[in-house]
Amino acid sequence: MASEAQQTPGDLAPAGISVPPGRRRLGAGEPSRPGPDGTGGRRRSPAARPSGVHPRRRDSGRGAARTIAAAWPYLLVLPTVAGTAYLLFYPLLRSVVISFQHFRTGELIRGGAAFVGLENYQDVLGSAEFWTVVRRTLVWTAVNVVLIMVISTFTALMIARLGRRMRLAVMSGLVLTWATPVLAATTVFQWLFQSRLGVVNWALVSLGFDSFDGFSWFANGQATFAIMVLLVVWQSVPFAALTLYAGLTTIPAELYESARIDGAGAWQIFRDVTFPMLRPLFGLITSLEVIWVFKCFAQIWAITQGGPDDATTTLPVYAFQVAQSLHKYDLGSAISTLTVLILLVVLVAHLRRMYKHEGEGL
Amino acid sequence: MKLRRLPLNLAALGVLVVSVFPVYWMAVTAFKPTRDIHADTPQFLPLHPTLDHFRTAVGADGFLLFWRNSLLVSVTAVLLALVVALLAAFAVARMRWRGRKAFILMVFIAQMAPWEALLIPMFIIARDTGMLDKLSMLTLVYFIVTLPFTIVTLRGFLAAIPAELEEAAQMDGASRAVAFRRVVLPLLAPGLMSTSLFGFITAWNEFAFANALIIKNQDDRTLPVWLSSFGNVFGTDWGATMAAASLFMVPVLLIFLVLQRRVTTGFIAGAVKG
Repeated sequence: MASEAQQTPGDLAPAGISVPPGRRRLGAGEPSRPGPDGTGGRRRSPAARPSGVHPRRRDSGRGAARTIAAAWPYLLVLPTVAGTAYLLFYPLLRSVVISFQHFRTGELIRGGAAFVGLENYQDVLGSAEFWTVVRRTLVWTAVNVVLIMVISTFTALMIARLGRRMRLAVMSGLVLTWATPVLAATTVFQWLFQSRLGVVNWALVSLGFDSFDGFSWFANGQATFAIMVLLVVWQSVPFAALTLYAGLTTIPAELYESARIDGAGAWQIFRDVTFPMLRPLFGLITSLEVIWVFKCFAQIWAITQGGPDDATTTLPVYAFQVAQSLHKYDLGSAISTLTVLILLVVLVAHLRRMYKHEGEGL
Repeated sequence: MKLRRLPLNLAALGVLVVSVFPVYWMAVTAFKPTRDIHADTPQFLPLHPTLDHFRTAVGADGFLLFWRNSLLVSVTAVLLALVVALLAAFAVARMRWRGRKAFILMVFIAQMAPWEALLIPMFIIARDTGMLDKLSMLTLVYFIVTLPFTIVTLRGFLAAIPAELEEAAQMDGASRAVAFRRVVLPLLAPGLMSTSLFGFITAWNEFAFANALIIKNQDDRTLPVWLSSFGNVFGTDWGATMAAASLFMVPVLLIFLVLQRRVTTGFIAGAVKG
């Protein structure tokens, strides 16, 4: 969603301002009318009524007025359905269709693309380059997500122990990072790591690492990869850390106290109290980070376009390169489709493992 | 006691510095004269503050045009999403109808859609329909990207407003539309505000589609794409580059400041009425 950015604050809005699902109205819809007990009590206690048992009164129809009233909800959601169909489901479908066609510049201009069956997939899956990119994407995702989760966990635990003023300062700093637009961040990072005037090289040389004098980070594959990891971790930690901290504040203090009385150390408390309590939250954040990091495109394209020497070419970047630079829209679409499938497999594996753990804990 | 907390506070200071420094460095560089930027030893304070770089950035070819494009696309997309989402959220939160569950499922799927995988088909569809290089295409894309989460959040806000209020107004003879406009809409205002601002940030920051869909017509580019090619615009003028990046970030920062209060009040309103 909210593409790019992966973590534009927009993505996160629901986390901050959504309303507990339990409060959803059940039988809403029409002007108040007497409930079965004659008191208009349709919704006195939504919580008390098991979901799905709301009274239906479609059968009591009153002719034309009823029909119009019944059509209202469909008219209201029509724009959403139409928009989603044309701008989301149709492009998705089109992408899949193109991945089964021969679709190059000629077809783009003249139309009339012919179906070629699985040829594109055979091409893609048969090339060594594709598998290199897949491996790189998995490494990229693993490194980023592990770093993000570890740093965020430590940061959240740290915030919980800080005094009021320091806590406010750290949280404000994290929000500032969070608010930084992706393209502002990519620009600043290129300045920080600039070879001659960059402050990072100056700091490293001052610390005695003389080999970094004038070091060109963006000419070296591994160095560029490292900077991209740093950038994505820097941008992702605020959301994860602040959400985890919010989760920590919901754990009753008594649990910690009794653990401490039992003589548990810091690590034991984390393992036996904090982590089990927050397991669902950890799972959710990890899944979100996997999605965001895996399909991360804007940062990489804006800084390196996949270079140098393809060192930062991950699957989304690769698909775009193949389609836009080489005009092989068919292969690009096949790669996109495979990207989504691989992401699904990774997520399902992750969710299943989590689910199993959950089962063991019971 | 104080001493025992020292490592903790040092760690906190470290986190603070790492999270703030890049943004601080961007701002400081933007305010430093070029001479200081090129100094052998970096100057961590803007000792000779100047607005020269901001003048260069604003005066750069097309800056105001791209600023206007970004604003136009983001605002239009968000308003569109807001109206469409409000209708849908009302149907979901206040009405019961066959297919409601399927609709909610569709919205959730759309919210998790792999937008990056749509770059290629969107490009092709835009080309087929003559929408390539057009800001209206970008507006439609941002509309559909922000729509799902706008529906979800608005539904949440709407569900927090007791339906009795509307029902009472309708008993007093108001039509459903009037009851909604007079009673619900004012209460929904904070929700509409924060939702649209979050949507605005998403659209304002978007890079991938702007980069893929605006190709030949350089005048229709948006700020992020323009900023990504700062090397072509400013060469090695890092002061101007940082000034441009700062100007790009300012609206987002202001929105965050506004939202902080709004979101808190919205959240509290939701919590208290439970």
